Order: sequence, then C-alpha cells, then structure tokens
Amino acid sequence: MSFQTSKTSGVLVVDVDGQLIVGNRQDLKQRVLDELESGERKFLIDFANTGYIDSSGLGVLVSLSKKIREQGGELRLANLNEDLRTLFELTKLDTLFNISDSRDEALESF
Amino acid sequence: MPSRAGCSVSAPEPIEFVLDLPSDLRVIENVIVYLVARCQAYGFGGARLNLNFRVGVTEALANAMLYGNRRRPERRVRVEVALSTARVALRIADEGQGFDPARVPDPTAAENLSRPGGRGLFLIRKLMDAVEFNQAGNAVRLVLNREPPLRRPTGV
Repeated sequence: MSFQTSKTSGVLVVDVDGQLIVGNRQDLKQRVLDELESGERKFLIDFANTGYIDSSGLGVLVSLSKKIREQGGELRLANLNEDLRTLFELTKLDTLFNISDSRDEALESF
Repeated sequence: MPSRAGCSVSAPEPIEFVLDLPSDLRVIENVIVYLVARCQAYGFGGARLNLNFRVGVTEALANAMLYGNRRRPERRVRVEVALSTARVALRIADEGQGFDPARVPDPTAAENLSRPGGRGLFLIRKLMDAVEFNQAGNAVRLVLNREPPLRRPTGV
C-alpha cells in the first residue's frame, strides 16, 4: 500500500493505492494524525485505487474519524468500489461515515 | 499433461499444500497474493475471490498472529490448503492458548459500532461459507465455495 496526499479546496485529500490492511494501516493513521496535529481539519480519503480493506483498516478509519471530530474536523470517504461498499454495509459502517460516490461530490459536500 | 487437438481441457485436479508462516503481519499481503493466484487457476474470481476470500483469510491470519501467537515471531502459523474447482478449504492453526469464539461481541450493535476493533471474526463468519473452530480455539477451518449459495446476495 502507498498513499499520496494533496490539498484541494481546503481539504486534505488522501489517495490510498493498494490494500489497507493489518500490515500497513499504521502508516496511513500516522500520516493523517500528523496532518491533524499541524492544523488540517477537513479530510477526504479517496479509495478509487484501493484493492481491499480488512477489519484493521476499517478500525483505523473509525479511529481517525473519532479523533478528527474531537478536534472539530470532519472525515469523508469517496470512490468505494462495489466490494468495499459491501464491506461497509456488512459492518454497518456505512451508517457511521459520510460516503460519496466521487471525489468532486465529496469535496462539494464539506 | 498437454491437451490434444479436438479434446477439451480437463479441470485441474484437486490439490493440497501447506504454508508455514512466521507471526509477522507484513507477510500477510504476499500470502494473499499467492493464494489468490492459486485460486484463480481453479476458476475462482469476482467478489468471491476479491472480497470474500481476500478479507476472510486476511482476518484469520491476522487473528492467528496477533491474538493466537501474540506477535511472537518464533511462533508459527500453519496454513493447510485444499483447493478444487468447487471450493477452497483452509485450516489455519497458531501456537496460542486459543479462545472462545462464542464470547466475541457483535460489532454491528449500536454500542460497538464506533469501536476501532472487534470486526475480524464477524467478517470471517459473514464472508466464508463455513467456519469451524477446534475445541481449543487455536485453529479455524474456513471453506469458501467457488460459486455463491443461491440464498445469499452476490459477493456476500
């Protein structure tokens, strides 16, 4: 897994390439927490190029969402493919996150 | 055996093999890549392979390394695989003390939904067609059929 960050319309966008799973999830978590620490408050994680996510990856997203909210910020998710949507629905995490079909839709909704 | 012109290529014979892994979470991704390639050769594909198999087996391997073997790298995880064109069955065993799978709370309950952890076993049960623990709770047998059962929606 690798990820890139960019700033668009005041939103810190994180593109996740590959798998977000137990062996690498801490890298993403630490990067987002560093950005939160340095003052970023609006976060969008884009999964357009993500293969699969396991429960540890889901756990990192839950944890980050909580920490960002505690700082008065917001985390949104975009571009979940059909398999990832199924995963969020199975775990009912689709009720916990703001999920957009596209990056543009997510950016406009902040 | 090479196929002769005019003859249909027969289905691959069922095979069994064993993987002996260290308790190192970093190996999981490559193990999954390897197993997915083996399953593809037996006709697995789509959401059954990309979602059910990859996530279900990742969870079982992570549980064995994290909670069974307590991340002690000298403790091994043994993966026995039986693969056919009908199904893939895996027995994943660790060297830990085991646990009681009946005592794991429902992560989709309202009071648990915002907890970071606790979804691994739930996902294994949702994504695999059969899940059986041994009595000690340190080995799990997973079965995934190549074709989804008719009673389930696609991919689940």
